[in-house]
Amino acid sequence: SSNNNNTARFDAARRVAIFGGTHGNEMSGVTLVNLWMQNSAEIQRKGLEIKPFITNPKAVEKCVRYVDTDLNRAFTQENLSATGGDELPYEVQRAQEINRMFGPKGSAEAYDVIFDLHNTTSNMGCTLILESSKDAFNLQMMNYIKKAFAPASCLVLLNEHPLLKYSTSRSVAKHPVGMEVGPQPQGVLRSNIFEAMRVILKHALDFISLFNEGMEFPPCTVEVFRVLERMDYPRDANGNIIAMVHPNLQDCDWEPLNPGDPMFQTFDGKTIHYQGSSTVYPTFINEAAYYEKQQAFVTTRRETLAASAIRKA
Amino acid sequence: LLYWAQQMERTSVPPIHNVAICGGTHGNELTGVYIVREMQKQKMEKAGSVSVTTVETNPRAVAAGRRYTEMDLNRCFTDVLLSSPITESTPYEVRRAQELNAQLGPKGSAEAVDLLIDLHNTTSNMGLCLILLVIDSLYYTKIIENNLSSVPVRAIQLDIPSSKAYSLESVGKHGFAIEVGPQPNGVLRADIFNVVKEALDLTLQWLQKFSSGHSFEGGTVEAYTFVKSVDYPRDSAGKATAVIHQNLQDNDFKLLRSGDPIFQTFSGDILKYEGEDLYPFFVNECAYYEKKIAFHLAQRKTYSFPPISVKND
Repeated sequence: SSNNNNTARFDAARRVAIFGGTHGNEMSGVTLVNLWMQNSAEIQRKGLEIKPFITNPKAVEKCVRYVDTDLNRAFTQENLSATGGDELPYEVQRAQEINRMFGPKGSAEAYDVIFDLHNTTSNMGCTLILESSKDAFNLQMMNYIKKAFAPASCLVLLNEHPLLKYSTSRSVAKHPVGMEVGPQPQGVLRSNIFEAMRVILKHALDFISLFNEGMEFPPCTVEVFRVLERMDYPRDANGNIIAMVHPNLQDCDWEPLNPGDPMFQTFDGKTIHYQGSSTVYPTFINEAAYYEKQQAFVTTRRETLAASAIRKA
Repeated sequence: LLYWAQQMERTSVPPIHNVAICGGTHGNELTGVYIVREMQKQKMEKAGSVSVTTVETNPRAVAAGRRYTEMDLNRCFTDVLLSSPITESTPYEVRRAQELNAQLGPKGSAEAVDLLIDLHNTTSNMGLCLILLVIDSLYYTKIIENNLSSVPVRAIQLDIPSSKAYSLESVGKHGFAIEVGPQPNGVLRADIFNVVKEALDLTLQWLQKFSSGHSFEGGTVEAYTFVKSVDYPRDSAGKATAVIHQNLQDNDFKLLRSGDPIFQTFSGDILKYEGEDLYPFFVNECAYYEKKIAFHLAQRKTYSFPPISVKND
């Protein structure tokens, strides 16, 4: 993109995909994508090709998160270039297929935008997940969505951490956008969660439409929560958890956790306190899928990111 | 009714010498798994003169983080399945049911454990429920209800005759399930763990007092008696075409009347309940999608029980 009066120029976003079922038991995305595959009227926008797509059909059919390995961690360069065909784990094969259809990741042919729809058992409300603090297009989109959704809350989680960031299915696109709505149990479809996801996606598509029609979006700032650290459960020598997220922390995603605050409760009733040196903002608190990933919650810090003005090239 | 209950003739009840506390019957309902493990770690083997056995009933399902591996263990305790010959193709859970029947039963015999309590979770907003096959265990509801203020406590009676009983607690001479929600599958909430632990402590304390001759006053308990289930509306391919309406979601045990919304179709139509006034429960329980149940409906009745004390052997 070339700067003209500090306005970043991006090509029109012509090819957009909406992924559901990246985790087969996260039902809002599965249901929405299935609906739109049958009848896409609701998601159509002029001049825009929008493809709803079920990324992990076997996991959806079994209503499990994944069959062999987590699809949303599978898009590493190593996996994408692996040989072995049918011998490869199912999700690695799927990742290669998705990379062919919507990528290749990192190339000029890749899809412009991919929305990846997720649910969480954590009390996170509506969350947009950003992978790069330097993507002005995505920052402007998220600013637009937050404003359009207000007064209802839609927060932005930035995961740019070199060690904690992971290779998501949406990462094959030029502008990957994660949409995470909770709390919702795995395998359950709740109407309030379903409707919220439907609405934020509508705002996202409206943004792209306006951008493609030539609207200039002035410089803006976006409040984000930047991922700092993964906190695991205390465990015994065999790896079994020996405590639970403390009742004071449970459901308190995005609220400040101060040094000395209760963090875990052991099975015999003792409190374990947060020992960090400063206040953090925890999220993904008690997500079912993360017990096996050694994560009770992640800590974040609040930051304000600046995005330059953007306009279609 | 209370007056009459307390005037009812004092009844002698056989002593409870042994109790079995079971968890993990559904491997992804975590409260019971961790309560049983903690009781085993604390070597909880006696409560006064009452001996306590703790059992993790479906360890394979627990290890896999699934409700079951081949078949729902909590449907395997029918007389037919308990006596069916074991072959190569016998599902794991049927074998396990027979092992549990040998350990805690045999069902219907003098050797069976006096009281069997099976711990479960639900994704439905049901608070703490005691699920009783027959009315005789109602006084446990009263003990728990009188002393637990943090969650609503209710009794649900399924009215299944012993010959047709299919669930684990039917193995004991007396038995009930403690069902607590809402908790997502695969999630362990500290508040729910603490409430179930407290309910079990109350029950065991009471059993000790009862066994040592203390008498229990008569009283009344409201119980919900199962009437029928309602499935989701489905298309010709058998796929659900609607989600539980937000007015019904999380409103277990709130009286449902004709004309009340129960479903919202994906195209936005509202479907209303037609029928007699009844109480919904197990609203949007994840595991029941495959059993074609959106919610159950119950009548509510008040039962009275007489003063009781232990029959001296």
